[in-house]
Amino acid sequence: MNKQSLSIKVNGRERQTLVAPYYSLLDTLRDELQLTGTKKGCDEGDCGACTVILDGNPVTSCLVLALSAQGSEVTTVEGLASPDTLHPVQQAFIERGGLQCGYCTPGLIMAAVGLLQDNLQPSAEEVKFAIGNNLCRCTGYTKVVEAILLAAERMAAAE
Amino acid sequence: MLRFDFLNARNLRHAISLLERHGDEARAVAGSTDFLVRWRQSGPGRWRPAFVVNIKGLSGLGRITYSPQNGLRLGALATVQAIETNAQVRRRYQALATGATSFAGVQVRNLATVGGNVCNASPAGDTLPALLAFDAQCAIVGPEGPRMLPLTEFFQGPGRTALQQGELLTQLTLPPPTPRTGSIYIKHSPRGAMDIATVGVASVITLEEDGATCKDARIALGAVGPVPFRASEAENLLKGRELSPDALGQAAEAARNAATPIDDVRGTAAYRKDMVEALTRRTLQHALRIAGGQRVPFEEQRRLAVQTAF
Repeated sequence: MNKQSLSIKVNGRERQTLVAPYYSLLDTLRDELQLTGTKKGCDEGDCGACTVILDGNPVTSCLVLALSAQGSEVTTVEGLASPDTLHPVQQAFIERGGLQCGYCTPGLIMAAVGLLQDNLQPSAEEVKFAIGNNLCRCTGYTKVVEAILLAAERMAAAE
Repeated sequence: MLRFDFLNARNLRHAISLLERHGDEARAVAGSTDFLVRWRQSGPGRWRPAFVVNIKGLSGLGRITYSPQNGLRLGALATVQAIETNAQVRRRYQALATGATSFAGVQVRNLATVGGNVCNASPAGDTLPALLAFDAQCAIVGPEGPRMLPLTEFFQGPGRTALQQGELLTQLTLPPPTPRTGSIYIKHSPRGAMDIATVGVASVITLEEDGATCKDARIALGAVGPVPFRASEAENLLKGRELSPDALGQAAEAARNAATPIDDVRGTAAYRKDMVEALTRRTLQHALRIAGGQRVPFEEQRRLAVQTAF
């Protein structure tokens, strides 16, 4: 029942930490690595606030056993922007007002990043499907969908 | 504080020996989407193993392959997302692709495995009606060696399976569909894909060469009994017949009569029976359309299978 060593690459940086066997990836990011951009909402996979990219795929990090991610690569919302430029999805969320209280925003942004890495020309329906795992109680989603479509457009143009 | 030991299985044999050694105190875990929810919950239904055997890293168990001779082979660790996006699944096993698309959200599908969905044995598991309707066979490996079991015999009750101590489900095999086969799964739930199914129905239709007579019909129902199951009487009403609206209606009624749902927070038993009839008819209509050669793009199938939550 002792803590075990976890090696994991987070936002491009190799990290090593000790975690208890029952730690989720989410708790590890927040409590051990102090990356609190990833939010804990429901802790049962319903709200999507804890979305990160794990080995290339968006996942709810509350449902990942940290030790099962041994040797994996994780991108959190902190890993998107460069020192002087926001990620196009972040920029579009600001411009289109795709957020209000902000609690769900990191998760929505990571879900959008997950979609856009596979599909730079999504329809509004595909965007809604891709963020179906993310709850937002403020925006009503309209501006969120608009922001993601705008980011897609800009990213496609930049390719 | 509640705890468990995390044991990382190095290979299949190691996994089996760990499960055999720790017996009822151990639980095999892959995607952990069910496990962590059930472990954190309080009250009845919670899971509190002393040992978690991590099988996520077992190599070779995540493959999805199709061949005209052997049909579809789903490694138990294949994620629901990999199934949903697989071109062969979308092309030949529409009910499975639509079952996968109505399964939670992409973030959960990227973790959840088909083997986990089967071994969890929830009556409402979204991949299960399609797997049953496609006559899936389970490949099981245990301390005594490998064995095969039809999926219909795998489910023994809510959360209960035919797996013996130390056994693991390693693969599901679905025979190749014969020509002129079409299928679909439709899920009814309060929050689209994100909620548990109130009712789920998968139908598979195969037509004779005349394009009108039913050669084979397979219908499976979810969330309306202690296990997901085939509605055999409904199927038999269709085989050899011309698939008129009347015939589909009679089969839908037989499916309704086969359902033994309960009242719960998602719907009453009476409502569920009504929905079984409606969804059986609807899935048969669309399966027939696809079997008849009509091209139904996946986006449209998804719209039929599950409503978006907003």
